[in-house]
Amino acid sequence: MTAVIDASAVRIDGVSRIFGSGSHRVHALDNVSFDARPGEFVCLLGASGCGKSTLLGILAGIDNPTSGTVDVGDRQVGLMFQDSALLPWLTAGGNVALPMKIRGVPRADRKARVEQLLALVRLAGLADKRPHELSGGMRQRVSLARAFAQEADVLCMDEPFGALDAMTRDLLHDELERIWRETGVTILFVTHDVREAVRLGDRVVLLSSRPGRVAEIFDVGLPRPRRIDSPDVAALAVAITDRLREEVVRHGH
Amino acid sequence: MATEVTITSATARATPVGSAADIDAALAGLDALETATEPRPPLALRIWSVTWPKLGAIIIFLLLWQVVVWSGWKPSYVLPGPGEALSDLGRRVTTGDFWSAAARTLQRAVAGYALAILIGGIVGVAVARFALLRSAVGSFITALQTMPSIVWFPLAILLFKLTESAILFVVVLGAAPSIANGVISGIDYVPPLLTRLGRTMGARGLQLYRLVVAPAALPSVVAGLKQGWAFAWRSLMAGELLVVVPGHPSIGSDLEDSRQLLDTVGVLAMMMTIFVIGVLVDAAFNAGDRRMRARRGLLPPRSH
Ligand SMILES: Nc1ncnc2c1ncn2[C@@H]1O[C@H](COP(=O)(O)OP(=O)(O)OP(=O)(O)O)[C@@H](O)[C@H]1O
Ligand SMILES: [Mg+2]
Repeated sequence: MTAVIDASAVRIDGVSRIFGSGSHRVHALDNVSFDARPGEFVCLLGASGCGKSTLLGILAGIDNPTSGTVDVGDRQVGLMFQDSALLPWLTAGGNVALPMKIRGVPRADRKARVEQLLALVRLAGLADKRPHELSGGMRQRVSLARAFAQEADVLCMDEPFGALDAMTRDLLHDELERIWRETGVTILFVTHDVREAVRLGDRVVLLSSRPGRVAEIFDVGLPRPRRIDSPDVAALAVAITDRLREEVVRHGH
Repeated sequence: MATEVTITSATARATPVGSAADIDAALAGLDALETATEPRPPLALRIWSVTWPKLGAIIIFLLLWQVVVWSGWKPSYVLPGPGEALSDLGRRVTTGDFWSAAARTLQRAVAGYALAILIGGIVGVAVARFALLRSAVGSFITALQTMPSIVWFPLAILLFKLTESAILFVVVLGAAPSIANGVISGIDYVPPLLTRLGRTMGARGLQLYRLVVAPAALPSVVAGLKQGWAFAWRSLMAGELLVVVPGHPSIGSDLEDSRQLLDTVGVLAMMMTIFVIGVLVDAAFNAGDRRMRARRGLLPPRSH
């Protein structure tokens, strides 16, 4: 019985989302279906405005589909927003501690865990800094630590590394991969960057635009650890990029 | 510096999955480039830099006043110079009567203001929260706010006679609408992203209010509190002039006494007292406001 439940951690079934009505009607998602196995790393790829953030919002329970269902069982879903979205009145440490505070974790435990998580994203000792005192990349890492503090079984990440320079991003890919392996969390990772998707994902779900539909799902199947500049990654990225381009061209007509 | 970055970058790329130590070193190198720390100037210097413009303004004002007196526009027993008024004030502050009057006035102010915060806060949250309540009383709050507090006194005196309650009543009515409006607009302008963020972390209801909505609304709430104080203080001064509670001397009643004795010097000395209290409270609000903005990174960076 558990085997049946465990077959997929996330089941997205025929999800559509329509915003507004009349002439302002935006069909953001149309009949999107796919699953993610427990502990799987799924990357979502698609042009800007194809409904990726909308889908994650629905998964995290802050938005509802117009039709269709998402099923995560009794799993906790965490969401890392597209902007680092740190609370400006809290320190870096306070931001990381917030999800624990909400869950009712005792203060002493919180403090220890915050140190641990900040060390994990290589920001040890910066717990007392305010968000505005950090660089954009550091803020995103605080946001990453906060996402882990949610102790979610399913972690939705919305372009978490979009604003980082290539080098920091590469380092954080390694980090994220390590944490993902250690914790066995299921990750849904949104990105614009095809290579990043291939570098990280077990599978890459390609979405078409307006309305967002699943265009194709690619199995990556390359051995880990991978490098973003390895020929294998590049080759698959080229194939996916071609497919993505086809979608964009088709949309243009 | 640029060469340092290329070197660390090269080492990081040499190993596909860098060891923890490599990653540490590389990121630490980058972070050192990214964060700059600024030393704070010493306290005395900071205090001086905010006080000297105020002192300068006061001196210019006193000079202008003196010039008007010298011009002989009014006889000096009607309009005395700043020297006389200041020395009268200096004499007064050595008396116990002055301090007990000031203490009574401040105690009234604090009690009325505190009650206004309580009522304004509750009304503000309720109106922001419930649409029906907003359409019912939302616009009345602003209407109340624009009503001069002095028009409440006839009613207050009929209801409470010449008592402390009459003054309290008007002070609360003067201050509460501003405070409520501050709370309402604070809550209205909380970025939806922040509430969504709180909700994805599992915060609901009161917890969401306490941890996300209230701190996000704070700047506007502080603005409302500041305005509420101004209204409370004005209402109180009007009240102390009109409602002289027998046996309860206060700053306002001292002012009224001086007028009746045709003691212009005394009137000016008491007005200076009222002004000084206003300036001090404003400075306290500004210090709090600056602190809040500094913590949130809303102050322009210091220039040297
Ligand atoms: N609250 C809303 N009201 C109206 N339209 C919306 C709303 N939220 C999103 N949309 C529309 O839905 C579409 C999908 O938006 P979404 O934010 O999910 O895109 P995205 O794939 O995340 O894009 P990006 O890669 O640029 O972040 C867009 O056309 C957007 O204009
Ligand atoms: Mg998005």
